[in-house]
Amino acid sequence: MFESLSGKLSGVFDRLRSRGVLNETDVMEALREIRLALLDADVALPVVRDFIAKVRERAIGQEVIGSVSPGQQVVKIVNDVMVDALGGAGVVPINLNAAAPVPILMVGLQGSGKTTTSGKIALRLLQRQKKKVLLASLDTQRPAAQLQLQQLAERAGVSSLPIIAGQTPLQIAARAMDTGRREVFDVVILDTAGRLAIDATLMDEVKAIRDATQPAETLLVVDAMTGQDAVVTAQAFHEALGITGIVMTRMDGDARGGAALSMRAVTGAPIKLTGSGEKLDALEDFHPERVAGRILGMGDVVGLVERAAETIDEAEAEKLARKMAKGLFDLDDYASQLRQIGKMGSLSSILGMLPGGAKLQQQVGNANLDTKMLKRQAAIISSMTKAERKNPDLLKASRKKRVAAGSGTTVQELNKLLKQFDDMTTMMKRMNKMGQKGLMRQGLSALMPQGRRPF
Amino acid sequence: MALGGFLSRLKQGLSRTSEKLTSSIGAVFTKRRLDDAALEELEDLLIAADLGTAVAAQVIANFRRTRFGKEVGEDEIKIALADEIAAILAPVAQPLVINRSLKPHVVLVVGVNGTGKTTTIGKLAQFYAEQGMQSVLVAGDTFRAAAVEQLQVWGQRTNCPVVSGSHEADPAGLAFDALTQARASAADVLLVDSAGRLHNKSALMEELRKIIRVLQKQDPTAPHSVLLVLDATTGQNAIQQVQVFKDMVDVTGLVVTKLDGSARGGIVVALAEAFNLPVHAVGVGEQAADLRPFDATAFARGLVGL
Ligand SMILES: Nc1nc2c(ncn2[C@@H]2O[C@H](COP(=O)(O)OP(=O)(O)OP(=O)(O)O)[C@@H](O)[C@H]2O)c(=O)[nH]1
Ligand SMILES: Nc1nc2c(ncn2[C@@H]2O[C@H](COP(=O)(O)OP(=O)(O)OP(=O)(O)O)[C@@H](O)[C@H]2O)c(=O)[nH]1
Ligand SMILES: [Mg+2]
Ligand SMILES: [Mg+2]
Repeated sequence: MFESLSGKLSGVFDRLRSRGVLNETDVMEALREIRLALLDADVALPVVRDFIAKVRERAIGQEVIGSVSPGQQVVKIVNDVMVDALGGAGVVPINLNAAAPVPILMVGLQGSGKTTTSGKIALRLLQRQKKKVLLASLDTQRPAAQLQLQQLAERAGVSSLPIIAGQTPLQIAARAMDTGRREVFDVVILDTAGRLAIDATLMDEVKAIRDATQPAETLLVVDAMTGQDAVVTAQAFHEALGITGIVMTRMDGDARGGAALSMRAVTGAPIKLTGSGEKLDALEDFHPERVAGRILGMGDVVGLVERAAETIDEAEAEKLARKMAKGLFDLDDYASQLRQIGKMGSLSSILGMLPGGAKLQQQVGNANLDTKMLKRQAAIISSMTKAERKNPDLLKASRKKRVAAGSGTTVQELNKLLKQFDDMTTMMKRMNKMGQKGLMRQGLSALMPQGRRPF
Repeated sequence: MALGGFLSRLKQGLSRTSEKLTSSIGAVFTKRRLDDAALEELEDLLIAADLGTAVAAQVIANFRRTRFGKEVGEDEIKIALADEIAAILAPVAQPLVINRSLKPHVVLVVGVNGTGKTTTIGKLAQFYAEQGMQSVLVAGDTFRAAAVEQLQVWGQRTNCPVVSGSHEADPAGLAFDALTQARASAADVLLVDSAGRLHNKSALMEELRKIIRVLQKQDPTAPHSVLLVLDATTGQNAIQQVQVFKDMVDVTGLVVTKLDGSARGGIVVALAEAFNLPVHAVGVGEQAADLRPFDATAFARGLVGL
């Protein structure tokens, strides 16, 4: 039901195409569209205002580059500001830097997903970090809440604190930490009852729990479907407790998730995790670029294509695209890619136009992509036989020595190149699997092997 | 639920809701000309209450037609704004009427995860008990951890039998058996709980349709009501939710929960505009007694802080 923001903006800018510089009037008109798009995506009004001010500052006076439409250019600015506002640098892990047992306190409104997320985090810490986790429900309000957590603990294969009827939440918290120490748990997750931020009694109760347990993390669990109230609730919880992180649940729905921006803006706390289903393994790291694209309802693939078209030899690009689609990308194509990149020189600025590109841009920057390196890699490839270029698996030890000697490089450099090529083909396979839609939804970083540099 | 004094209880429930809006309106309008800038500020206030940009613009457009340029005081503007909103809500403020001759009147309760379905069933059971009607509860959420036990507690609290099956039992079969039992005992109401599900998961939506199909094998007119439970903190996605649930399972009415919180539930206004579905009741707390009929004037006045 939402026309995508980039569609709306290109409408606004269509008649301004001939102009070379974005002036204030053009930008104001675009900002009105952006404001509506953000509000329709449930970004809270005060947060929208700040956001618009930032975009305005960046957009006015910008030169309109070649065939990239002014609309696309403003969209790119919006995307960049959004990624920044959502946390920019990317994944922030759960903090376990405290003396064991490390307490993690789960708080939030009724029904936001605290108990389920407690189970999910326990499973993740067990599976990924081999932690010994104790789950403790402090929820004496909701019927069968403690039983719910106990059953989730069983499913996750972790321990839960034995249920003792009649204890207050504070007593349960003390018992949980006691048990945690006595039975040498690494982590104790304290799941609390849902509460309204305006319920002073219950907010005092959870403050007392926080004071007694000194959690390493106080995670605010919020529903991705939340509307304008996101700012009110986040602010109140933050003021009362000092939130250290946010978990956004129900990202498997089709809400645009503007609450992420609202909550992050008012608390300054990072969004650490997202829930993407009811099952215990449906917990993911938070990727600002993906969520930015989701809030804006678009990914600027068009912008990338337009920009690339200016620099890339068209026939060659088409050939490449066909090969990529068929999964037939070989080292010859890699070499031709390298030549194109060398020609453009500004790969990083193009990457910045994609959803998720901002992070890649940074990674590329970090990788110190210099033209000298590109030339050396091109030399390595040109020293290979045709068969080796088609099928790099042929390159065993003796062949490697020959290629390295022939190109005046080392086997080490050759290995590095092969690894990069490998990563790239993996990425392309993923890209093909996701299709255009998936790419737009998840952003380019979804294609990246975690923690590795793309080039 | 005694209807006398209900207005004041609703107002109490909604008063926190309206505090923010009230104080901002107060700040804007201590006697001032209703010009473009003032109208824009009013529109923003409605947007901040989750009415959505389109509906807020529409309300303000009507306002402009009748009041542009007038000198207005704070109360005057609030009353007028409430009237405008109440006019939109009035047609959808309809109580859920139980047909006592059906024995049972089958009510299927649906909605996305965590909105308050199970709790609302507990509250409805309580409400009907107070009116001398016997309800049977069906633990149709056989998926979520301890969902059955949760409903069983509500059965104990309200003195109603709870029909339940094993974990991951087929909810359709369970509902069918429960209907058989409820007919045999001539219960007045059969309240069928269902697992929370996101509207964009088609397999889960199909599962709901199956519950309906299977119930209809026994009573072709069942379910007599399909209630969609909506969380008042939900933003614009509520429109999508209602659309899909309506298309898939013929929702007959809405219940809006958690109106005791700071969320203003303005989305209800947008929903009334878009779907014209009855809003039967609102939830204003976690206890059995925390259910109120939906009253358009009270809701609108609460929304603007009167
Ligand atoms: N689709 C989806 N459902 C979720 C997600 N996280 C939690 N849920 C569901 O949301 C509902 C509420 O989750 P709970 O974990 O009970 O929420 P809570 O915050 O502990 O609730 P209270 O303790 O009552 O305040 C359940 O039906 C969960 O299965 C998610 O990421 N996606
Ligand atoms: N403050 C407040 N809390 C409510 C209200 N209605 C329900 N709740 C709380 O919201 C949480 C979720 O309620 P449930 O009834 O379990 O929700 P549900 O829709 O059955 O959840 P799932 O079955 O997991 O999808 C519980 O903590 C309830 O106590 C309300 O009107 N006000
Ligand atoms: Mg819980
Ligand atoms: Mg339930």
